[in-house]
Amino acid sequence: MSKKKQTCEVIVVTSGKGGVGKTTSSAAISTGLAERGYRTAVIDFDVGLRNLDLVMGCERRVVYDFVNVIQGEATLNQAMIKDKRFDNLFILPASQTRDKDALDKDSVGRVINELKESFDYIICDSPAGIEAGAVMAMYFADQAIIVTNPEVSSVRDSDRILGILASRSHRAEEGKERIKEHLLITRFSPERAAKGDMLSVQDVQEILSVPLLGVIPESKSVLRASNEGIPVINDKDSDAGQAYSDAIKRFLGEETPMRFIEKAGIFQRLFGASTE
Amino acid sequence: MTDAALQVDNNSFLLKGTAYTLTTLQLLSLDYETMNAQLASKVEQAPKFFNNTPVVLDLQKVASLPVAIDFTKLLNMMRQHKLIPVGIRGGTPEQNGRALALGLAIMYDTRYNEQEKPQQEKLQPAKDPGTQTPSLLVTQPVRSGQQIYARGGDLIITAPVSAGAEVIADGHIHIYAPLRGRALAGVNGDKNARIFCSCLEAELVSVAGQYSVNEDLRQAAWEQAVVVALQGDELRITTLS
Repeated sequence: MSKKKQTCEVIVVTSGKGGVGKTTSSAAISTGLAERGYRTAVIDFDVGLRNLDLVMGCERRVVYDFVNVIQGEATLNQAMIKDKRFDNLFILPASQTRDKDALDKDSVGRVINELKESFDYIICDSPAGIEAGAVMAMYFADQAIIVTNPEVSSVRDSDRILGILASRSHRAEEGKERIKEHLLITRFSPERAAKGDMLSVQDVQEILSVPLLGVIPESKSVLRASNEGIPVINDKDSDAGQAYSDAIKRFLGEETPMRFIEKAGIFQRLFGASTE
Repeated sequence: MTDAALQVDNNSFLLKGTAYTLTTLQLLSLDYETMNAQLASKVEQAPKFFNNTPVVLDLQKVASLPVAIDFTKLLNMMRQHKLIPVGIRGGTPEQNGRALALGLAIMYDTRYNEQEKPQQEKLQPAKDPGTQTPSLLVTQPVRSGQQIYARGGDLIITAPVSAGAEVIADGHIHIYAPLRGRALAGVNGDKNARIFCSCLEAELVSVAGQYSVNEDLRQAAWEQAVVVALQGDELRITTLS
């Protein structure tokens, strides 16, 4: 399948804090873009803690990894794993035996430039933290998806990472146009937000002042999907899967109302999407 | 535990950069007797403050006087009043040399030296070559961990200042959005500097070294449009309506 867009865009999925849903979101977003016909590559930058291949369900087919390509021990074609469901989606897994120091800007830049020639989108799944690994994942980005949970520490870390995006990326260093930022709130529970146990969508948006791409509800379907190795966006009956699909629509410029941010009424409970 | 157990990788020490707040004692004359009497009365007023407090002697105002500074006399006087002189600043090379010989450090005023800040954490200010004012205009949110310093002028910010961010100016600070981080105006000592902000949710506000922290601010004009200014030596927060 050939490229759909003239230019390729690099998107980093990042958060600062760990465990907020970066890898789940990277898997869902890359699958969603591939489903809409874009040639998509997703790179696991979390060297040392291979997770993306598990969530994408391709862990048994990993031969070479990102670090092998960086160090010239394998070609990109050898290391990229084709997705089971979409033949325009490829995964570049992280190495489990190396650490994040194995990545350097020049080599990563070379790999990304090579990928740009044959892909529409490159999704970079960032490791947690604000150190070299996270900076490397965001360095070449054109757009950034900031994954945040509706709680104070996660929001604070996202704010920190937004500051680093604005000052330490390739675009910032070259004085080019800023990285386009999107906010993705994950693990949101309308009931708990209404009770005040969680920050509301408005609270998070007000603190971060970044346009909202989507709100993914807390859902059992996410855990089940990652255990099965099927990105949750493929689960068309689940609320989380639908919310990711909505986010993809917004990312591609379509307008669609925010769902799953209000407490469900009895009607929605009977006929709406399943939260199971 | 023995000391050896604290060693890391066989190193006997670690070097760490730490910023300390030091009291500066600015000398305005070299009349030692008057100084001694005035110090004694200060000690009486605030005995807790003069409890082995480290001080830096600022010689700027007396450095060019024709009389040589008697460092031994000065140091003894300080120690008598339970002050511990640790260094000097603002002296001439000759004075610096004598102070060094007496075991005092020479302090350079690099607190907000722009070259010392990590390059990557700097925000690119919006550039407008047409204006000649030293004001700094920031239109993007100032994020947690970022620090912006308007050297020699005012700082104008049209986006939110996040918790954990620090905005500093030698002059006034204007923030046309919520202020959730720290704002320090008049850091070079300008007591006329003010902070204007459209929604006060700050961690700290300070004018010419006088500061107020979040806990106090919550009782003042929380989430309101305010101006922060010095009245005498006291920080006053007034709502703008």
